[in-house]
Amino acid sequence: MTFLEVRGLVSGYDRGRVLHGIDLDLAAGGALGLLGRNGVGKSTLVMTLAGLVPVSEGTVRLDGEDLAGRRPDRIARAGVALVPQGRRVWAPLTVAEHLALASGRRRGTWTVDGVLDLLPRLAERRRHPAGRLSGGEQQMLAIARALLTNPRLVLLDEPSDGLAPAVVDQVAEVITTMRAEGVAVLLVEQDLHLAFAVADEIAVMDKGVLVHRVPTDDFRRDRATAQRLLGVA
Amino acid sequence: MTAVETRTPAPDAPAEPSGLRRGLPRIIAVVVLVVLAAAPLFLAPFATTTLTRIVVFALFAVSLDLLVGVTGLPSLGHAAYFGAGAYAAGWVSINVTAEAPVPLLVGAATGAVAAALTGWITVRTGGVFFLMLTLAIGETVQQLANTWEDATGGANGLTGVPSVRIGGEPLVNAGLLYWYVLAVGVLGFVLVWLVARSPWGAALRGIRDNEPRMRAVGYPTAVYKYAVFVLAGSVAGVAGSLLAAQQRLVTPADLSFLTSSFALLAVVIGGAGSLWGACLGAAVVVLVRETLGASLDGHGPLVLGLVFVLVVYLLPRGAAGLRRPRREPGRSP
Repeated sequence: MTFLEVRGLVSGYDRGRVLHGIDLDLAAGGALGLLGRNGVGKSTLVMTLAGLVPVSEGTVRLDGEDLAGRRPDRIARAGVALVPQGRRVWAPLTVAEHLALASGRRRGTWTVDGVLDLLPRLAERRRHPAGRLSGGEQQMLAIARALLTNPRLVLLDEPSDGLAPAVVDQVAEVITTMRAEGVAVLLVEQDLHLAFAVADEIAVMDKGVLVHRVPTDDFRRDRATAQRLLGVA
Repeated sequence: MTAVETRTPAPDAPAEPSGLRRGLPRIIAVVVLVVLAAAPLFLAPFATTTLTRIVVFALFAVSLDLLVGVTGLPSLGHAAYFGAGAYAAGWVSINVTAEAPVPLLVGAATGAVAAALTGWITVRTGGVFFLMLTLAIGETVQQLANTWEDATGGANGLTGVPSVRIGGEPLVNAGLLYWYVLAVGVLGFVLVWLVARSPWGAALRGIRDNEPRMRAVGYPTAVYKYAVFVLAGSVAGVAGSLLAAQQRLVTPADLSFLTSSFALLAVVIGGAGSLWGACLGAAVVVLVRETLGASLDGHGPLVLGLVFVLVVYLLPRGAAGLRRPRREPGRSP
């Protein structure tokens, strides 16, 4: 059953189009790892899905409801959360304020206490401004902020960026936990290990379109295709 | 759920503030309040009047700080709402009643309505457009005050505003008037302070730091910015009604760009976003402009310009930056 259904999605910026007709399906509770070289439009795709880049053409259906062209705050309240590249926490606000702000919009399974049980490090840092947390803590905070909006779909844009391998493993654990709660995941990654660890399927983007999509295990075995599409072994 | 431990140590993590450090600001606030309340008992009437003007201007600067420092909306025309409140309060005092709290409420309502009429467009813009639009609104309102002579007295201003009355008793004595202004000013400050500390205030600070991120979490940020714009206009209108009560005169200069820029200067000197810093900044601005300025042949604004340059060079975070010297937190663009 298709939960997220993207058809012919075209978007971009003033200087030109970046997405040239994306078709993408994601089952409820599914997890897709989206790979691709720098500049092929992966971030633009998640930003467009979150409503932060305007849609020129195409539809984005979430559980049958068309979200294309909606305001970002409406899309968020429809159950789509974004963990942006570079984390983008509110530097002057404390951890507690982040959690309170995020949990105020959409009630559901995830509560502040539940998220702090999952991420105890954030509990220790409740009173600290987010700008003074380490990179790993900021990433956990960005994920906590997304979870507290009680999303049905989480878009993660390179959550491993700039993190130590041990911290990337923790990010993988948290993503696995949110999947267990039935949240669908679209993960943009350069780190193949993280993508392989959490995604059922791998898709590859090139020049604004999806060019390849297979189950994760098939992708891992098919080194020739990976080499051709990504330039990696 | 799995517990996930983040093991990377955070750099320069400060200890939790101790009880004494957290209690100190409260003690200082109480001492300052007591000194301010007792001031007319040992100050000469002229000094009391200057202090009254400082409190009026401080409340105006605090309302601007709610926009500039808390929400990140740098308005160049905030005096429009201050002046509109002053004119309305003056007019109602002359033509209807000067009995408190009528002029206050009229000032608040006028500031709020003026901000509501102009804010819906301005908060949808940002950056230079917001600056230019608020500047244009300020100039337009000033022109209106100049030309609408029946209501405003034109360039001569609205003269003959009677003293505020409480229980039929006019507050002619400088000390009594000061206490009235101080009481309203403190209430207004506490209101703005509570708003800035509330979850709603956290949302405003989130908008200041990264507005697209607030939208992506589900906040209709334009509505939040509009609401705070109206609130700031209303508080500026209250400050305006205090101005009318203190000066007993309202002129187009009170809603000029110069007045807006003095308030902005007070916010910058004090450190944007701290609220109490804006009060200190207001004191500096009023003292330099009125006390020092008179002995310098009206070159007060020149001295203020020098103060501004020095503050920007030496205290980029204003007076509030002195309180907690801390390293720059990581920017989040």
